[in-house]
Amino acid sequence: MRFGHHDPEHEFDPTAPLLATGNLRRRHLTSRVIQGLAVAAAVAAVAVLVIVVWAVVSHGAKAISWDFITKPAPEGVGPNLVGTAVIVALATLMAMPFGVLIALFLSEYAGPRSTRPVQLILDVMNGLPSIIVAVFVFALLVANGGGQAGWKAALALAIIMVPLIARGTQEVLRLVPGHQREAADALGVARWRSVLSIILPAALPGIITATLLSVARAAGETAPVLLISSLAPGDAFSVNPLHELPNVPVRIFQLSEEANPEGFTEAWGLSLILIAIILALGLGSRALLNRSKRKMTR
Amino acid sequence: MTDIDDLADIDREELEEPLAMNGRGHEEGSSAPRRIRLRTEPLPGVIGPPAATESAAESHLHIAPEAVFEAQAVSIFYGKKQALIDVDMRIRRGQVTALIGPSGCGKTTFLRSLNRMNDSVPSFRIEGSIRYHGHDIYGSNVDTVEVRRRIGMVFQKPNPFPKSIFDNIAWAPRNLGMRQGLQERVEKALRGAALWDEVKDRLKDSALGLSGGQQQRLCIARAIAIEPDVLLLDEPASALDPIATGAIEDLIHSLKGRFTIVIVTHNMQQAARVADRTAFFSLETRGEKPIGTLIEFDETEKIFGSPRDPRTRDYVTGRFG
Repeated sequence: MRFGHHDPEHEFDPTAPLLATGNLRRRHLTSRVIQGLAVAAAVAAVAVLVIVVWAVVSHGAKAISWDFITKPAPEGVGPNLVGTAVIVALATLMAMPFGVLIALFLSEYAGPRSTRPVQLILDVMNGLPSIIVAVFVFALLVANGGGQAGWKAALALAIIMVPLIARGTQEVLRLVPGHQREAADALGVARWRSVLSIILPAALPGIITATLLSVARAAGETAPVLLISSLAPGDAFSVNPLHELPNVPVRIFQLSEEANPEGFTEAWGLSLILIAIILALGLGSRALLNRSKRKMTR
Repeated sequence: MTDIDDLADIDREELEEPLAMNGRGHEEGSSAPRRIRLRTEPLPGVIGPPAATESAAESHLHIAPEAVFEAQAVSIFYGKKQALIDVDMRIRRGQVTALIGPSGCGKTTFLRSLNRMNDSVPSFRIEGSIRYHGHDIYGSNVDTVEVRRRIGMVFQKPNPFPKSIFDNIAWAPRNLGMRQGLQERVEKALRGAALWDEVKDRLKDSALGLSGGQQQRLCIARAIAIEPDVLLLDEPASALDPIATGAIEDLIHSLKGRFTIVIVTHNMQQAARVADRTAFFSLETRGEKPIGTLIEFDETEKIFGSPRDPRTRDYVTGRFG
């Protein structure tokens, strides 16, 4: 509105009490409705998590006992927990160096022209359904007569973990202040040495965080282990990744398929253990990340 | 300050060596001191107008012995934007040269082009030539890591590594293979930066716990610990209070003669206090856009006492604008 233009509709008395006038009431209302919708969406997300956790706890808690956690099948799930630990550990060993190197490439070496396509591929890989990775590894290493083995399942999980680790690590490498790279450059030291002794140490907590998050994801992935490491009966402890290893997701699947209600309770129980591990990994990695962010941006 | 005497006692012959890597492998942990005796090894890939048809050895003769940098017709662009036009400047060995001028006049751009720190700016482009002891800094065979190993830099904002005080100083010597006598080297560098007495009892503490002024002196100590030939200081005191600024200026005085120092500063009194020669840059409108230009470069007393150019006079007397 131009100054000097006389518009009686919008005239106001500057000495009137400071209450809403004109369409301000309606604008306040709109604002409140939008805010309410946003809050409701957030509450719904939290509610879903709470309901799932509550359902798992209420159904599974009565199955949990020391014997259940430590003994082999049929009473317990000990070998499954150990087998999943072995498979996921192996997958982490395969995925972590790759993921960290890809992140280093993206943040320290690549120009913008190669960064974008690599990032895009990582994001697409990240969204790849795990069954596709599972079928790929199954066709490549299992179906051709090779048979099932823990390390093959670990390979499939590693393929799922690489983009998570790479993107997570890239984010924390971005947080390492540019002036530290500049300081290192100005001292006439080759870039790979500053990467090893300045940049990676500064980003280490964040790299561990990204890895823990990917471990949490891999521990619950069902399709790869179902196809590639599902024939172990779980009645004995086994840590040899050259053979199929009993594991948690397959056992949950098998228990829930059993005809008796006992098995169903045990499936809930094992789910409870899995969800507890994943929540602990997720919360722990979050805490670690917050700590390192505070340290880096100080 | 006698401690710096031997710290900065670089074998001057090594400075005549071309800036290309030549397989000494000083990065790979050899702890032998760097003594290079190549004097006339031709510099591969010399380009640029003045010596394009001569061999590098001959081009040596055209440069007076005391010149460390010889900039000729230097123009710098960031993409399509020209930041600096036609700078000719000779920077002499062992002196302090100050670059002053209003914001955006290209003085920091010029400083950062002396050790190729601008290379990381994607759209950066330079024309003309900058010779360092006769060698084209932007020659095609020049190794930028080697350039910065000889031409150190201290930045506007103190940027210590998130490591201990000792490790901050020791990091570059370790990575450059200067592992022998590391303790003494760190002490000398800290003494040289007038910081030793303040930190000698807490060398293992984090450098981030130091005050801003101490951090900046730590960064200077870190730069001189590898015994460079030149120190480039980019407004080293602009983030500091007057007392810390005074300490940095005393430090520059004590380093003078041992190192060739080029300092960018917004503070004219500071330039008058520390510099032997001062260059005044300004924004001049050529065509449509203002471009950074070197207006006058002379003895500091002349710049502040009897400048030849009226623009310099207006600036140094505060009648700028």
